[in-house]
Amino acid sequence: MRIHSHHSGFDHPRASEITPRAIYEQRRALLRLLAAGAGGAALASWAGREALAATRPGKLAALEGQRSAVAGAVTMEKPTEYQDATGYNNFYEFGTDKADPARHAHTLKTRPWTVEVEGLVARPRRFDIDELLKLSPQEERIYRLRCVEGWSMVIPWVGYSLAELIKRVQPLGSAKYVEFVTLADKAVMPGVNGRILDWPYTEGLRLDEAMHPLTLLAFGMYGELLPNQNGAPVRIVVPWKYGFKSAKSIVKIRFTEKEPATAWNKAARNEYGFYSNVNPDVDHPRWSQATERRIGEGGLFAKKRKTELFNGYAAQVGQLYAGMDLKKFY
Amino acid sequence: MAQAPAVSAGHGRAAGPRSAALRWLLHPAAKPVLHGLCLLPLVWLVYGAAFDRLGANPAEALIRSLGGWTLRLLCLTLAVTPLRQMLGLPALARFRRMLGVYTFCYALLHLLCYSVFDMGLDWGEIARDVAKRPFILVGMCAFALLLLLAATSFNRAIRWLGARRWQQLHRSVYLIAGLALLHFFWMRAGKNDFAEVAVYAAIVAVLLLARIGRKLLLKK
Repeated sequence: MRIHSHHSGFDHPRASEITPRAIYEQRRALLRLLAAGAGGAALASWAGREALAATRPGKLAALEGQRSAVAGAVTMEKPTEYQDATGYNNFYEFGTDKADPARHAHTLKTRPWTVEVEGLVARPRRFDIDELLKLSPQEERIYRLRCVEGWSMVIPWVGYSLAELIKRVQPLGSAKYVEFVTLADKAVMPGVNGRILDWPYTEGLRLDEAMHPLTLLAFGMYGELLPNQNGAPVRIVVPWKYGFKSAKSIVKIRFTEKEPATAWNKAARNEYGFYSNVNPDVDHPRWSQATERRIGEGGLFAKKRKTELFNGYAAQVGQLYAGMDLKKFY
Repeated sequence: MAQAPAVSAGHGRAAGPRSAALRWLLHPAAKPVLHGLCLLPLVWLVYGAAFDRLGANPAEALIRSLGGWTLRLLCLTLAVTPLRQMLGLPALARFRRMLGVYTFCYALLHLLCYSVFDMGLDWGEIARDVAKRPFILVGMCAFALLLLLAATSFNRAIRWLGARRWQQLHRSVYLIAGLALLHFFWMRAGKNDFAEVAVYAAIVAVLLLARIGRKLLLKK
């Protein structure tokens, strides 16, 4: 269930204050009934709209999460329309056009699904997706998402801190980095036949970045399971880095001593660094990163927003990069 | 107007369909129909923008779509003369200027949409963008040349310049095509996605080769 609060985001309702699902669904049904009725049409349509705003999209199975208590995890900004968040994607395994993933990703089979955790850990093992879903309580987190191409969205994800998984496999002292390997199945992913990137798509984080509570292992969005085009059944979300760092449809998580090679870094070393933290002062070699277009905001004539350092998460993650030259480690 | 030898040989057989084509091309409604066809993409885009049918990023959709239509109209304009010669249909020539001017109009709208929706009409920002991104610079160069051709597309301009100089100037349309292709190529280079670029490049190459080939053939 999504609980909407327009206050600071830090006052949480007691469990007793949370309306049970059966009751609120009943109320919504009543509101819809009201809306359908002829009498009091104006009032009913207003009430119906209020109710709809909190309704999940109804496309996929529900995955509810409690509002996260992690600092910075719930922005008060208006979430992007579900239709935009699921129809405008970069997921090159399904094609390079933004509409391709929504068109082609229906072929992806997300069950059965396992995630192999290996490398420098005391307890390497293979997790079944159902086990991962229950590993830790699901939380709702509303994150800003900034694409390296200069656009942004606000997405209500459902998942838990990747740290929860990492703690359970016990990284060895020698583990310094985490590598994420994603699915590359030619049978269901038309893009994998092309040579745009060196498949499978891999990404990586420093271990302390991966352990940061904001680094999310996500299974859902908008109160439902992840749509295939958004990286089902499991992906990571690193909100202070450009979107491509957040690997989708993960099949393997590997702990290493050396910095892992990452897909876009291999494709264009000078354009996509290992860190790729959102930074308005470090331009992409081919375009400025100073501003961004917030998808769905204000129509055609809307002014672009100013991009913020670490995508606005500097207070939470800035200390990870203390003393580092962010122009050199872009 | 000299006819291509290959076509002249088959004159008898082609006379029927060709005279029918000629009737259509010379029909008083031919130009208004072409105007309508050329305006169709624009009408669709304006409708899409007004009723929010351009997807999640309407600004990007508008800019890219207008760029695409500029390129398509440019190819059509370039195709007029080779088609006229190969098919032996001199009447096709009356549509060339119109297609050329529409190419310019779509390019102008493409540039305007970029300036307004992408750059917020901030001239300093546009200047920095031109300096930063070679593909923007190349696009701007192509537009500047296209503007020159559009400005000299009137009958009086032809008289002022003299037919020979006018023709020499307007041959730069092939340079514009090259720049436009480079602009498109660089835009797509970020995604290593060149399939569409290759299609347009092949069309322009075939049209250019057709002209060069004919010239060499006539010289012999």
